Amino acid sequence: METHLADFIKGTAEGDEAESILRRCVHCGFCTATCPTYQLLGDELDGPRGRIYLIKQVLEGTKATEKTQLHLDRCLTCRSCETTCPSGVQYGRLVDIGRKIVEEQVGRPFAKSVERKAMATVFSSPSLFRPALSAGRAMSGLLPEALRKKIPAVSAGSAWPAPRHKRRMIVLDGCVQPTLAPNINAATARVLDRIGISLVRAENAGCCGAVAFHLNYQEDGRAHMRRNIEAWEKMLIDGAEAVVMTASGCGSTVKEYAHHLAHDQAWAVRAQRVSDATLDLSEILAGETAALVPLLEAKVQGKPRRRLAYHSPCSLQHGQQIRGKAEALLVAAGFDLTPVPDGHLCCGSAGTYSLLQPELSQQLLANKVKALTGSSPEGIATANIGCLTHIQSGTAVRVRHWVEWLDDELGA
Amino acid sequence: MGKPEVLPDPQFQVDRHELVRRLAAVLPATSLLYSTEDTKPYECDGLSAFRKVPLAVVLPENEAQVQAVMRVCHELKVPVVARGAGTGLSGGALPHEQGVTLGLSKMKSILDIDPVARTAKVQPGVRNLAISEATAPHGLYYAPDPSSQIACSIGGNIAENSGGVHCLKYGLTVHNVLKVRFVTIEGEVMELGSEGLDSAGLDLLALVIGSEGLLGVVTEVTVKLLPKPQLARVVLAAFDSLEKAGQAVANIIGAGIIPAGLEMMDKLATQAVEQFVHAGYPLDAEAILLCESDGTPEEVAAEIERMEAVMRASGATQIRLSKDEAERLRFWSGRKAAFPAVGRIMPDYYCMDGTIPKRKLAEVLEGIDRLSKEFGLRCPNVFHAGDGNLHPLIMFDANVPGQSDLAAKFGSRILTLCIEAGGTITGEHGVGVEKINEMCVQFRPDELETFRAVKTAFDAHGLLNPGKAVPTLNRCAEFGMMHVHRGEERFPDLPRF
Repeated sequence: METHLADFIKGTAEGDEAESILRRCVHCGFCTATCPTYQLLGDELDGPRGRIYLIKQVLEGTKATEKTQLHLDRCLTCRSCETTCPSGVQYGRLVDIGRKIVEEQVGRPFAKSVERKAMATVFSSPSLFRPALSAGRAMSGLLPEALRKKIPAVSAGSAWPAPRHKRRMIVLDGCVQPTLAPNINAATARVLDRIGISLVRAENAGCCGAVAFHLNYQEDGRAHMRRNIEAWEKMLIDGAEAVVMTASGCGSTVKEYAHHLAHDQAWAVRAQRVSDATLDLSEILAGETAALVPLLEAKVQGKPRRRLAYHSPCSLQHGQQIRGKAEALLVAAGFDLTPVPDGHLCCGSAGTYSLLQPELSQQLLANKVKALTGSSPEGIATANIGCLTHIQSGTAVRVRHWVEWLDDELGA
Repeated sequence: MGKPEVLPDPQFQVDRHELVRRLAAVLPATSLLYSTEDTKPYECDGLSAFRKVPLAVVLPENEAQVQAVMRVCHELKVPVVARGAGTGLSGGALPHEQGVTLGLSKMKSILDIDPVARTAKVQPGVRNLAISEATAPHGLYYAPDPSSQIACSIGGNIAENSGGVHCLKYGLTVHNVLKVRFVTIEGEVMELGSEGLDSAGLDLLALVIGSEGLLGVVTEVTVKLLPKPQLARVVLAAFDSLEKAGQAVANIIGAGIIPAGLEMMDKLATQAVEQFVHAGYPLDAEAILLCESDGTPEEVAAEIERMEAVMRASGATQIRLSKDEAERLRFWSGRKAAFPAVGRIMPDYYCMDGTIPKRKLAEVLEGIDRLSKEFGLRCPNVFHAGDGNLHPLIMFDANVPGQSDLAAKFGSRILTLCIEAGGTITGEHGVGVEKINEMCVQFRPDELETFRAVKTAFDAHGLLNPGKAVPTLNRCAEFGMMHVHRGEERFPDLPRF
């Protein structure tokens, strides 16, 4: 599309990036077809092509109002549009730029700013999130229903094998996952241990930075990124093979550290090293099938196959463009995957979206639960803590990370 | 594509405040947009070189709201431009600056599927592909499959009489729609067509299909569904010259084969899409043909054998057969994503839609190649080879001064080339605003007047999609787009400006 950026942004790093993205868009509209919010609302302004246009207007010098902000807020950043786009428009990056500028122009009412800042702070920090969750459990009667349903039952940790292998990989502990579902990383450690890899934690690493970054506290987000890079790079130099992601939401962010810090001279190269070493757990295990598959086959043999529905998180299938890997591992572990219509659509979790846009989020959740449970599976498998708790809030069918299902089979 | 704003479209005097007040009384707040911040993203459809901001955008949720909008606009004499998914490539949904853009995107329910009668009743905003997806559990599908089928709406398909890669065997939209509900500019509902294959009286349904929003707004569609063939396989054949590929097309049709789809892509187009779909297209071939056979496994096996024999005899350098359904879809996905994939090479493209007699294929392609050199703009070719429908994609950079105009001139020359070859200026994308001048070349004044008489019978005040599809004679004269044939002037009695 033809673009004429305004002087305030022209020639800046952000302006150049935005312009090159905009110029790729040919306005074909294919993206609207797979956009969850366009499918619900049927308004160009609530689909990727319209949002691109709204951002373009702002970059061309028209001051934004709350209206543009609302339509950008309603975007889940699921990046389904990027999978659909034949022209290669990097919508996710454009919307990051657009949101930041719109936020600067429009601002937020004080109460909303406080709420967003609180989310960015609490969710990013296990030491704040853990007591907040306990308080939430204690006072669950006072909370709005959508939030109450999302508070999971107390989940026990489980045994984590001591490091005994020469091959080592680093796991991101993350922010909310150790509190909500500590078994995921423990299960990962057990599965990797069986195939000769020890999973280790980095002392000072923490939240990947996504929560703050996507709430438009982009600098706070970058601070988290720098801290993690600092924590991991020495371990990588000392021989750790990879940084393993067990939450695909974090994974898609860590893989983009290099992009987020590209213009920070002191950190660009270090960020690149970390991004290059980062892999989703499904990528790791798909590369270790020679060791893993015989173990699974031995366990599966002679047992009736079980039925699971698999939900591929947007951050995995769209953000990281990884499809079919976790599914293949589940099949090898003796599970038949039930058909799930509209598997490309977001469940409505999308980081803090479920709290900030509850109405749309709940509609997407209802559609997703219907799609996942339609063929009466025994359980649901997914690959991201956000999707896991969100989907579990809408169904009695058990939702777990796929590695937990796999680990159970191996341990059985 | 230069400057649509200067076109002498019919002018209307509209009181914006009164219009918004009246529309607000009949629509929910989320169905009415009128601030420029909100309406600007609606300023163009899939042809983004033409842009106009409408006075208001309305997004009705049901037929009653469509009727109410039409009544308000009729009473206030406000132009109405209907819009489906906004994927059109001829500017058919380009807004009118004094008008209302009526988007049908909120009306997207599949109302009924009758697997026995093999029909589906849907609202106009339903996506083309969504019909096939919804009917797949019954083993049925909706046959016309434009390249934009993932996103384009059935209502828009009706407006443009859309085709697709399979229309060679299964027909265009007009051959696959049984019945529509249709709101007139006065706000009345008409039902056209019937559940059966024929209905009494004049065939107004056929008149409405392809009428580009000039006659009314469709609010419900009953489509014909076909049983999914047991098997479909695609032959991918590579050729070292466009002429040989063109000849192969003629030979296939000449051999009495009616492929389910028969498509050609030239080298530039193949290279552009391969980056996106990784279909494994041969990148060194000057042209590739995709030729599909469908039916029972026995029929497909026999037909594929004949197709491959003809391809080989026509000089194919390489022949591949899709080995499974996933590969068949991958072969097609490249073809279907061809237009936007060009966005990976060049920021803008201008997609043409001329149709020519198949025997003139090689000649016209040579002509396009000559023009491409003359204008200095690259032009990959993608086309429905089986029915002679060309889609040359003129690549340009709209940010470079002068290139848009150059592309427009190039496009116009291609269309003239098509007419000279005995063809027509549109195969399936419609005339819209893009090819309106070329309509003056294609049709005689009395023919255009007949079109206008039909339009007036439905819409006496010319409120529905004014300035599109059928040019006024004044406009033809003003633009000097007359085809001067053997020295005869086409509109001798009209004043010149």
